[in-house]
Amino acid sequence: MSEPLLCVEGLRTSFHLEGGVLRAVNDVSFALEPGRVLGIVGESGSGKSVTALSILRLVDPPGRIEGGRIRFRGRDLLDLSEAEMEREIRGDRIGMIFQDPMTSLNPVFPVGVQIAEVVEAHQNATREESRRRAIELLGLVGIPHPEDRFSDYPHHFSGGMRQRVLIAAAIASQPDILIADEPTTALDVTIQAQILGLLGDLQRRFGTAMVLITHDLGVIATMADDVMVMYAGRAVEQGSAQDVFERPRHPYTQGLFDSLIRLDDSPHSELRPIPGNPPVPIDLPPGCSFRPRCRHAMDICGLEVPSLLPGAGRRRVACHLASAQPASPAA
Amino acid sequence: MSPPLLRVRDLEKHFVLARRRIFDAPEVLRALDGVSFELAAGETLGVVGESGCGKTTMARLVLRLLEPTRGEIVLDGTDMLDCSKSELRRLRREMQIVFQDPLSSLNPRMTVGVSVTEPMRFHDIGTRTERVERAVELLEVVGMGPEVLERYPHEFSGGQCQRISIARALTLQPRLVVLDEPVSALDVSIRAQILKLLLDLQERFSLTYLFISHDLSVVKRFCRRTAVLYLGKLVELCESERLYREPLHPYTRALIDAIPSLDPTARSRGSLRGLEGDVPSAVNPPRGCRFHTRCPHRMAVCSEREPPLVDVGGGHRVACFLNQ
Repeated sequence: MSEPLLCVEGLRTSFHLEGGVLRAVNDVSFALEPGRVLGIVGESGSGKSVTALSILRLVDPPGRIEGGRIRFRGRDLLDLSEAEMEREIRGDRIGMIFQDPMTSLNPVFPVGVQIAEVVEAHQNATREESRRRAIELLGLVGIPHPEDRFSDYPHHFSGGMRQRVLIAAAIASQPDILIADEPTTALDVTIQAQILGLLGDLQRRFGTAMVLITHDLGVIATMADDVMVMYAGRAVEQGSAQDVFERPRHPYTQGLFDSLIRLDDSPHSELRPIPGNPPVPIDLPPGCSFRPRCRHAMDICGLEVPSLLPGAGRRRVACHLASAQPASPAA
Repeated sequence: MSPPLLRVRDLEKHFVLARRRIFDAPEVLRALDGVSFELAAGETLGVVGESGCGKTTMARLVLRLLEPTRGEIVLDGTDMLDCSKSELRRLRREMQIVFQDPLSSLNPRMTVGVSVTEPMRFHDIGTRTERVERAVELLEVVGMGPEVLERYPHEFSGGQCQRISIARALTLQPRLVVLDEPVSALDVSIRAQILKLLLDLQERFSLTYLFISHDLSVVKRFCRRTAVLYLGKLVELCESERLYREPLHPYTRALIDAIPSLDPTARSRGSLRGLEGDVPSAVNPPRGCRFHTRCPHRMAVCSEREPPLVDVGGGHRVACFLNQ
């Protein structure tokens, strides 16, 4: 294992709402190594997007980061001033791509200008250099006739093409890390395949490390080296993608795989959903948040939050069952 | 063989768009352009395709929520486009729809009880007490207790709202239920719950489903036959198992190939390739085969003539010159 590029330790981000405190990210730790892709998977409300926003310090009130450390290139991002974050981190060393390409682009400026601005702001380039670089980037992300498209506005582009423009802007400063939050969720399958192919190409070509957030296990399998599974604000399982997909150990991860509908399922195979509904993480009861839906729930699960125990290699599982029988999968 | 419950023939919906300039000819968006299929009682037909392919327009036409430009929709032997108002009102009870977004398909200001009994009230069925009894009965069928009657949609999760919508759709004892992306907005762990429920209900109430989705894995698992739409045209239709085993239309193949594999070792990273380009506009669809601009196998004929939908055997219909 090489030295991690980004190291998140004990991150806590909460939203103070009228109805109580929503612990969106609750004591989450993970490391991202250079050139690797970490997939964060979870359902709505699991805290995966807030984790990404927290790294970039983009959590809006009533949300706030209440604890933990985010170490990146020898510094704790939580100690930096807002000006330092804006100048040196966001869109510079850490690029970002969000789900909805229409709202992430400014509708009243041509796309080329928006990319050139990023180049100008972060690379000390002249206007003409920035323009040339923007055209080069548009070509790099597969936009045909980039010189002609430079002056087009976001609404002239299809969803897939807009996502390419955002990717161009995100890689403009050759960041060390790219954070992509559901980058293909709003796209059709054939376009999703194009965008995932492009992200994979760029990631390998420039050796950029990536945090990829998605609810789609297929996207994780296609892209990620490592996986973190989140449930109700906590990381419940971590490991290499291969390990987690071959031998999921947390009952929630197992349930997710069981409830997936796969193309090679036989038409008469039984559907195996996880019963119940995901909790809203406001004033959660003590113990493991997955307990009400877990088929292996034990007495201790209602009393103590299981800690994320290190296993072999990169593997970590937060389940009392796994700590009781460290060697065998909790099946 | 018994006659089909639903027969759709040459169904067409063209939307006339606003003129850009006053003397311009108005533009026409060909949302659905000559689609025919039959649906047997108790069967489930899946309809797949990407955004703009016409699948939702088709659902709305079948339910007569939209007026078709041309075509024939026959439900249980009655032509819905050529029948009296009272007949149409009767036919409307026979078919219901479940939408994608369960929260927005329930009125946020109405209690669940009011929402679920609304269709019965509209059709003047039973007394108030009978309607409430029926609502309670159906809510129980979908796994919800009677205490939900007095509560509001925002108090429920997406999966629970979808259960309530399904209960409401069943109150009129429909025979045909159009399911328009019924699980797309739901979390993975909830999707299988709702699909399982829909399968149980189909058996219990002998329902016929028209299942619209962009998710091929779900459609294959859920539907006996699958129809593939592209830019308002039916390009392939056959038994789901066969469609996925040997897709004949290049578009169907591309859709299947675009699904990310769930095996991280068979790593398709970077090799996962979508089709070239984007879906063209339905305002000026490409001449000839509408798919030819993105087709890896296009031939000269494809941009000249439109391939007819032909049966290549065993009810497998495909519209592509490669198979003719």
